[in-house]
Amino acid sequence: MSNQTTVEDFLKIREVSIMRIKDAKEKSDQKVVGIYCTFCPQELVLASGAIPVGLCGTKEEPIAKAEEHLPRNLCPLIKSSYGFAVSDTCPFFHFSDVIIGETTCDGKKKMFELMKDLKPVYVMQLPHLNRTQASMDMWIDELRNLKSFLEEHLETEITNEAIWKAIDIVNRETAAAKAVCDLNKMDPPPLSGLDLLTVTWSRGFSTDKEEVTAMLDNLRRQHAAGTAASGARKPRVLLTGCPVGLGTEKVIRIVSEAGGNVVAMENCTGYKTLELQTSTEFDDPIVALAHKYISIPCSCMSPNTYRMELLERMIDDFKVDAVIDLTWQACHTYNIEAYEVSKLVKSKGLPHLHLESDYSQSDVESIKVRVEALLEMVNQ
Amino acid sequence: MISIGLDIGSVAAKGVLLQEGQQHLMIIPTGWSPRQAGEQLIDSLLQRAGYPVKDVHNITVTGYGRVALNNGARTVTEIKCHARGVAALYPQVRTIIDIGGQDSKVIQIDSRGRVIDFVMNDKCAAGTGRFLQVTANALGLDVSELSDGEKPEQAVDINSMCTVFAESEIIGLLAQGVDKGGIIAGLHRSVARKVAAMVKRLGIVGEVAFTGGVAMNRGIKRALEQELGCTVIVPEMCQYTGALGAALIGSEG
Repeated sequence: MSNQTTVEDFLKIREVSIMRIKDAKEKSDQKVVGIYCTFCPQELVLASGAIPVGLCGTKEEPIAKAEEHLPRNLCPLIKSSYGFAVSDTCPFFHFSDVIIGETTCDGKKKMFELMKDLKPVYVMQLPHLNRTQASMDMWIDELRNLKSFLEEHLETEITNEAIWKAIDIVNRETAAAKAVCDLNKMDPPPLSGLDLLTVTWSRGFSTDKEEVTAMLDNLRRQHAAGTAASGARKPRVLLTGCPVGLGTEKVIRIVSEAGGNVVAMENCTGYKTLELQTSTEFDDPIVALAHKYISIPCSCMSPNTYRMELLERMIDDFKVDAVIDLTWQACHTYNIEAYEVSKLVKSKGLPHLHLESDYSQSDVESIKVRVEALLEMVNQ
Repeated sequence: MISIGLDIGSVAAKGVLLQEGQQHLMIIPTGWSPRQAGEQLIDSLLQRAGYPVKDVHNITVTGYGRVALNNGARTVTEIKCHARGVAALYPQVRTIIDIGGQDSKVIQIDSRGRVIDFVMNDKCAAGTGRFLQVTANALGLDVSELSDGEKPEQAVDINSMCTVFAESEIIGLLAQGVDKGGIIAGLHRSVARKVAAMVKRLGIVGEVAFTGGVAMNRGIKRALEQELGCTVIVPEMCQYTGALGAALIGSEG
């Protein structure tokens, strides 16, 4: 491929991947594994020879369909994910041979039980305490069970050698994604909030990790010199909280329309996992993976101290002027943790805004007022 | 030099014209067109101040209808405008409670009237003027009659936060023969509790001011003071603090 990579190229990944997967399935019965969360060790999927694809729902459309089975008062991410599956309107779900879920929250845990009517689903039992030997032993055991599940359903053997190779590939892809996000430590940021989201979200749809790593490297090189400042300095906003994808980028858009810039995102598609590298110091690759994945600072962990450390560091490193914490409705863990986030942000002397929203556009005007008021606080 | 501040709310549009130490106030119903309401306010205020309509240039708009005006006027959020307006009237105030037709908000400000933090409720009608309007209807009253009709010593609990359910609850209470005055006092307490919880989220430091159309209801003021355990200042021009703030911001350039 050429050495030029644009944000638009990332936008195309999804469509290209659909065609490639369709082709590969027809020609060579290529296996595809649908995953819903950053806790899922993609390395095991890659080591099996299958393609891992992210299925987490980020669009409003299928929610009505999901509500035929699920309660209305449930987080939109779960409803969107289930709605795509049950209505068979997501090509990636359609092509998935098996699904890997995880017990990140009660809603997802129980939703995956319903999903078992549609496809074979493995639900990883994720411990919510990440500091005891017992929970680590359980988690390692879960990853071994997952490996067996994949071997059985995909009719293959996953060797340690293949896992180590996948670990190296994913480590490099993660480092490349982090380097792209780190570009925005510069002022002005080379990437807009929407660019940043497009790149980090789209990379999860790539069928070829090496290829997407090269794209990320290219993008970083092209922007390494930064951009010249033009016009008034725009307030730099850090977005944290629940996962955001294309389709649910309304807050990022509103910040930009109100004259600010989302320069960094501490959420699943963003920076949350990007510092985490699987150590190659362990003898057993499963143990190595277990250590990395249990460190993810999701609000389902209790306590979740690394998230606060990460946020504090990001506030400093990205020189942010304000923090927006976005919670999707009915996401109790992020909603409660918002209190801790607000204390941290205020202790840093920065304006803070906690928003509770869903995937609809119904509250755009009221979010606008809040975001505009936040940016006024920066400029006053 | 004159400066006009408009606060186009969901129910009422408020205007303040500042002119060398003098101020003119005007309020009209917003109606279905926030743009028309804004234009009408500008024209009327200018006439009252004796200026030809075409002559003015310093207009600052806030409120939910702020973007509708679309005449190149500067827009500022109501958060900042209320902060600025109240700080000008009562420099000692650090907490502002504003209850309007479709939202309620609490704003914390510093000694210079700058916003430190704020919370807003506009997802549901509970704790807003709309809640009082709907429930007043169920009692066969106009919202302006609530304050005089309440009997605080006989206050009954209104448990429903949802406006629609509260309406049904009131109809049930009336059927049981419960005194209207007690129901009204219960409604006031319900709004006050909802808003007091928002105040406590930010914490109270310094004095508290209460603005917006609902601040004209003395029963809500009394209930708020009871829930918060402190005195609440209601400015004489409690409906105009947002428009005043807008006019002041405009006059500062």
